[in-house]
Amino acid sequence: MSDQDRIVAQAAVEVVSERPRTLLRDVWSQFTAHRGAMAGLAVFLFIVLAVTFGPFLHTIDPTYSDFRARNQGMSLAHPMGTDNLGRDMFAQVLQGGRVSLLVGVTAMGIAMFFGTLVGVLAGYFRRLDGILMRVTDLFLALPILPLLLVIIMLFRDTLRKAFGPEAGIFLLIVFIIGITSWMQTARIVRGDVLALKEREFVLAARSIGTPAHRIILRHVLPNVLSPIMVSATLGIATAIITESALSFLGLGFPSDFPTWGRLLFDGANFMTITPSRVIWPGLILSLTVLSVNYVGDGLRDALDPHIRGR
Amino acid sequence: MFAFTIRRLLFAIPTLLAISFIIFAILDLAPSDPTGNLPLTISPEVRAQIRSSLGLDEPFPIRYLLWLKQFFINEPLNLVEGWTGWTIGDGERLRVTSWATRSPVVDLIIERMPQTLWVVGMSQVIAILIAVPIGVISAYKQYSWFDQIGTFVSMLGFSIPTFFTGLVFIVLFSVHLKWFPSIYDTNHVIDSWDSFVFQIKQMIMPTMVLALATAAQLSRYMRASMLDNLQQDYVRTARAKGMTERVVVTVHVLRNSMIPVVTVIALNIPTIFGGAIITEQIFRVNGIGQLLIIGIQGADIPLVQTLTFIFAVLIVLFNLIADVLYGILDPRIRYE
Repeated sequence: MSDQDRIVAQAAVEVVSERPRTLLRDVWSQFTAHRGAMAGLAVFLFIVLAVTFGPFLHTIDPTYSDFRARNQGMSLAHPMGTDNLGRDMFAQVLQGGRVSLLVGVTAMGIAMFFGTLVGVLAGYFRRLDGILMRVTDLFLALPILPLLLVIIMLFRDTLRKAFGPEAGIFLLIVFIIGITSWMQTARIVRGDVLALKEREFVLAARSIGTPAHRIILRHVLPNVLSPIMVSATLGIATAIITESALSFLGLGFPSDFPTWGRLLFDGANFMTITPSRVIWPGLILSLTVLSVNYVGDGLRDALDPHIRGR
Repeated sequence: MFAFTIRRLLFAIPTLLAISFIIFAILDLAPSDPTGNLPLTISPEVRAQIRSSLGLDEPFPIRYLLWLKQFFINEPLNLVEGWTGWTIGDGERLRVTSWATRSPVVDLIIERMPQTLWVVGMSQVIAILIAVPIGVISAYKQYSWFDQIGTFVSMLGFSIPTFFTGLVFIVLFSVHLKWFPSIYDTNHVIDSWDSFVFQIKQMIMPTMVLALATAAQLSRYMRASMLDNLQQDYVRTARAKGMTERVVVTVHVLRNSMIPVVTVIALNIPTIFGGAIITEQIFRVNGIGQLLIIGIQGADIPLVQTLTFIFAVLIVLFNLIADVLYGILDPRIRYE
C-alpha cells in the first residue's frame, strides 16, 4: 500500500468509525488475540521486572558465603537453597538473570545492526549486492559453536587485561554472538528492500532528487521494520541460549560472576546433593526462552498483513 | 541435474578455501603462545627450539599452504592407503599432528568418530520416528486437543536447551530412579545379551536428549508442510475418486509433504554435530565434540583447526545434498 492509498483508506475508515484505526492499533489487537503471545509477554515482563527489582527486595549479596548454611534445600531465608559455599541461590539466579538478559539484548542489538546494514546496502545498491551476499553465504557456512569456543579461548586473556575481567569477557561474548548471528536478518531485509525499491513512492522520492541515504532512512527503513522486529525477538532467545551454552561448556563468564548457564555448569557437579541448583536456573532460563519465542510467534502473526486482515 | 551437481561442487571449492583461510587466520594470528603453559625453568633457547619443531618459525602464508597440503592431499592419501593397503609414493608424508599428544590429528578423530556417529545417527532416526506421526496427526486434526498439546510440546522442546534437558534426565533417571548410567562407558564391549542391554541403556539418555530437540523442530516443519498440502486441489481429486482417507493421507499428502522435511533433515545434520558437543560433554561420551573441547582447553591449535574445518565441510556438504535432494524429489524444480 503506498502512502497515498493509506491516507485514502484511513480517511474512509475514519468516516465509518469514531476512533481512527491506526496500523499500531491493528497490530496490537491482532497480537492480543494470540493467547500464547500474551502469556509469553506477561511471563517475560515478570522475569525482567523480577530480575531488575528483585535484588532490592531480596537483599542477600549473591557472593556472600555463609559456611554454616551450605547445600541447603529450599527455605524461607533461601527460597532456592544455597550452594556448596553457602551462597544464596535465589540471589545468584536474579544476578545471573541480569547478565543473561543483558547479553541477550545487546548481542541481538549488534546482530540487528549488522543484519539491517548489510541487508539494506545489498538490496538498495546493486553493485554491492553480489559481494555482500557472498559474504553472508560464507558466514552461514561457518561452524558457529566451535568457532565461538575457539575465539573465546584465544582472545579471553587479552580482553581481560584490556577491560578488566568482567567487562572484557562481556564485550567479547556479546560481540562475537552479535557478529555471528546477523545473516538471516540480512537475507530477509535484502529481499524486502529489493521489492520496496521498485515501488512508486521510492521512485517519486528519487525523482525529486532525494539523496540515497535519506531515501533509505525515511522511506525504506520504516517499511522493513516489521521483519526486523520479529527476528530481533527471536534473536534475544537465541543469544541467551548461546551465551548459556558457552558458559555451560566452561568458556563463558568466570564463576564468581553468575549467569544462568554458569550456574547450571557449576551446579552440574553437585547434582546428586542439591538437584535444585540445576533445576532453578535451568527452569527460569527455559521459561524466558519459551516466553520470548511465543512473543515472536505472536508478533509474526500480528505484523503479517495477510493474517491481520482476517 | 548432473550438470547442476557438478557446478555446485565446483562452487563449494572457493567457499571451503575461504572458510579454511578464516579458521586458520583466526587461530594463527591470535595472541596465544603454545609454549606458554610449559614450566618457567625452560630456557628461551629451548623454547625457540620447541617453537621451530612445531613449525612456528615459518611465515604465515607458508604455514597456511603447508596445512592445506597436509589436509587436502596428505591425509586423504593416508586414508586411502589405510583402507586398501596400497602404497602410494614413498608413504612418508608430513601429517597434521596434535601438539598435545604428538599423534596425527586424523587418527584421533577416527578413534572418536564411531561414538559420535552412533549417538547422532540414532538420535536422528528416533527424531524422525517421533516427529513425522506427530506432525501428520497435528495437521490432519488441526486445532484439536492433540494438535494443541503437540504444538505446545514442540514449542517446549524448541525452547529448552539440550544442556538443561540432559541434566534433568540425569537427575530423574539416573539419580532418582537409577534406570540408566549417567556416564557413557566407551570401553564397553558387546559380547553377550546382558552387555547388549547395557549398551542400549547407556545410549538411551544421550540419544533421547538430541532426538527430542530435533523432533520438536521437525514436527513443526512437518505440520506446516502437511497443512499446505492438505488444501491442494489434488487432495480433493483423490477424495472425489473415492479413495479411502488412509490412502489419501498416507500416500498422496504425506509423500508430497515429506519433500521440504527431507531437506530440513539434511540441513540439520551439521547443526546436530554442533549440538552433540554439549550432549557429549554432559554424558561424558568421548566423541569428536569432547575432543574439540579438550583441544580448546589445551590450546591444541592443529587439532582445533582440523576439527572446526571438518564441521565447516559438513555444513557445505549437507547444504549441497539438500539442494540436490530437493531437485530429485520435486520434479517441479528444474535447476538449469
